[in-house]
Amino acid sequence: MSGQGHEIEPSEPAGAPSAHAPGLPPHQQRRADIDPIAARRAERQVALMFVGAALMVIAFVAAFVAWPSVYTTFTLPVLGTVSASNFFLGLTLGLSLFLIGAGAIHWAKKLMPDVEEVDERHPMRGTDEERAAAVAAFERGTAESGFVHRPLIRRTLLGAMALLPLPVVILLRDLGPLPRERLRSTLWSDGVRIVTDPALTPIKPSDIPYGGLVSCVPESLAEVEEEEGTLNARGKSPIVLVRLRPEEIRSQQGDDWDYEGILAYSKICTHVGCPTALYEQQTHHLLCPCHQSTFDLADGGNVVFGPAARSMPQLAITVDADGYLVARGDFDQPVGPSFWERG
Amino acid sequence: MSTVVKAGGAGADYLDERTGLSKFMKKNLGKIFPDHWSFMLGEIALYSFIVLLLTGVYLSLFFKPSMTEVVYNGSFQPLNGIKMSEAYASTIDISWDIRGGLLMRQIHHWAALLFVAAITVHLFRVFFTGAFRKPREMNWVIGVGLLTLGVLEGFAGYSLPDDLLSGTGLRIAQGITQSVPLVGTYAAMFLFGGEFPGDDFIPRLYIVHVLLIPGIILALITAHLMLVWYQKHTQYPGPGRTEDNVVGYRLFPVYTAKAGGFFFVVFGVTALLGAFVTINPVWMFGPYTPTQITAGSQPDWYIGWLDGALRLMPNWEITAFGYTISPNVFLPAAVIPGILFTALGLYPFIEQWVTGDKRHHNILDRPRNVPVRTALGATAISFYLILWIGGGNDIIAQSFDLSINAITWTLRAMLFVVPPLVFVVTRRVCLGLQRRDREKLLHGYETGTILRMPTGEYLELHAPISDTERAVLLGHEQYAPLALEAGPDDNGVEPKQGLSTRVRARLSRAYFGEQVPVPSDGELAEAEHHAHELAERQRRQIEG
Repeated sequence: MSGQGHEIEPSEPAGAPSAHAPGLPPHQQRRADIDPIAARRAERQVALMFVGAALMVIAFVAAFVAWPSVYTTFTLPVLGTVSASNFFLGLTLGLSLFLIGAGAIHWAKKLMPDVEEVDERHPMRGTDEERAAAVAAFERGTAESGFVHRPLIRRTLLGAMALLPLPVVILLRDLGPLPRERLRSTLWSDGVRIVTDPALTPIKPSDIPYGGLVSCVPESLAEVEEEEGTLNARGKSPIVLVRLRPEEIRSQQGDDWDYEGILAYSKICTHVGCPTALYEQQTHHLLCPCHQSTFDLADGGNVVFGPAARSMPQLAITVDADGYLVARGDFDQPVGPSFWERG
Repeated sequence: MSTVVKAGGAGADYLDERTGLSKFMKKNLGKIFPDHWSFMLGEIALYSFIVLLLTGVYLSLFFKPSMTEVVYNGSFQPLNGIKMSEAYASTIDISWDIRGGLLMRQIHHWAALLFVAAITVHLFRVFFTGAFRKPREMNWVIGVGLLTLGVLEGFAGYSLPDDLLSGTGLRIAQGITQSVPLVGTYAAMFLFGGEFPGDDFIPRLYIVHVLLIPGIILALITAHLMLVWYQKHTQYPGPGRTEDNVVGYRLFPVYTAKAGGFFFVVFGVTALLGAFVTINPVWMFGPYTPTQITAGSQPDWYIGWLDGALRLMPNWEITAFGYTISPNVFLPAAVIPGILFTALGLYPFIEQWVTGDKRHHNILDRPRNVPVRTALGATAISFYLILWIGGGNDIIAQSFDLSINAITWTLRAMLFVVPPLVFVVTRRVCLGLQRRDREKLLHGYETGTILRMPTGEYLELHAPISDTERAVLLGHEQYAPLALEAGPDDNGVEPKQGLSTRVRARLSRAYFGEQVPVPSDGELAEAEHHAHELAERQRRQIEG
């Protein structure tokens, strides 16, 4: 505070602790303080808990040997089927630890002093002399080092230090590739067969009943995964197929992207990327179980509820010469959650 | 002299000759700590952290942080022949092929839940009692840092087993990272080593979980405890307690036994939980694959509010000039938590600015005595709780057969309506309690004994409160609101009052404008006199 007069100053507290506040109350003796029998009893109780803890440690070793397989189970009321090994190892370890703790606390409460004592607090702040001495020591060192009087040294040092974080940043560059167009393409392209997940069988239009929903992936997925050794392709390309009656389809993202009422939509939620899974046949709503974004598959995959902002991307499909469902190309937009460069 | 004492003495002598141990022991073994149940909350956090270190080291002996695909072949029959990451397979091995492995996993998980819970409740205690005031502001900031790191560390550990549930959590975390304007796409690519899920993330997360974050947590806990030690613990108001002393028991032996024993109790309880209550049964969720998901998937409790924020947020997204901003993700998952945690960290400094109080405070406030602070805390908690409930909107919908849309809309409305209501109600309750305290000091407590006087008059007997209670009720000081200077001074100069001065005076009035005064010495003396007279009158009446 500047104390210029126009600043507001904190006023003194109105109700400082009153002179009526009493001092420490007299100490109440415990039973064990005055009755040697009670003290002996407390002593035995503590010892009993420590003995119990020791026995539990031995029981732990026994349980470890008794159940060589964790997979051996038995059934208990309330808890249901449990692993015998886990149950008895945990029970014995838990009890031994608990009893050591309980014994120590009981000991402290019954037999150790319970007379409150008082320590004085000392101010954190150094005295004025100490402060002055500290400042003097610092100024002496600063002067001796020439940090102030030799600006050339000071500035070059600061400059070098300022650059030092650069290698750290540079070294992190190879943590991952640049985004480029990676998020914009999937495995789908013209003629790629649609196969079921996880059985990987090709599908004919007649395999999909009205109102049914089938989770699918591109046929090339297995091969690509084998080659890449990651699940990246699987993260982008899964779709759902759903068959509606032509009069139920209110809109699509492209003209005739369906095949005989079979629609293909990305399965990856446009919110933060969970696979959507819950389909309600009556309303044609597809719901994401993570944050309840709801998409209307009969109406171009539009969002009808929840935090997702964008429609589920639709995939244009047809059948190939053998009569199996195939894609007519890749999605016309990136699938999954939004990103800055998405546009 | 027993052999034990002799051996101990020899050891102490050895150390003292080399380190001057005796000086340290002389000063610290008799150090006094105050006693109160609420001081054990921070202890629970500390002890569960030690349990986490111990069980975590054990788990690291068996866990393989690798996303390489393997085919499982082990004791857990239902998963035999299924492809999965090595991380998931080794977690199943720990659970079903290593004796005590499942127990250690479950203790580790329970201790993690307890760790964050204990930090949270400890934070409430420190907040509502004003323990963050000078000289302890720095320790508050360290504590907020520990809470943040605890949540991150918990999420990292939850994500390591690479089961279907944790993988879905990572997918969400990746989507959130991607939503950060400007740098999000790059950040996500660098974190995951490319697209999601890649094969780098689990090993990277592993070293963050077992070394980086725990190392920082350990350093911060050390600083946190050293400050408590050096600044001495705060204490509640009571008989004999002043700003300049600390009343309690000695470190050795009483707290050595009590606190040491309490560590074993915490460890024992987590072990019993690990024995009795299954937690995170990853073998039932199956390995992670981006095409599958389970309905009703829930994160650990401390992530629930963030998940709830994501769920309740309206679906706003802006695309302009070829770029996309996603407030529907970025706002609830990054901006709101950022604001809340920053406000939390800054609170001591804000309050200090409002009170203008630069003095040391070692006596804790009773929450009712600072109604606005208490109301602000309750408001923040209600906001947090509504988000947290939002994280379970699907569970609520299913359990009570309600419309999830209706629940979501209700919670959205509650987010704006409930916190202000909580503020008003809490503040009124605090003032009511202050009024009762004042009554008790002046007129004693109501005995419930009704006396009918010969005149037909009814009197309820009041009895004076105990000295201890009296000390508690008198043991707090009240601020007067900061006042703006009125009018021009003697020279006719208008006082210069900038915006900040006016805001400050305004806030100060909001904080301290309305409070029930603690009885002054004069009022107390008068009340005592009055009570005497009344008692005398009653005595005379009864004796006739």
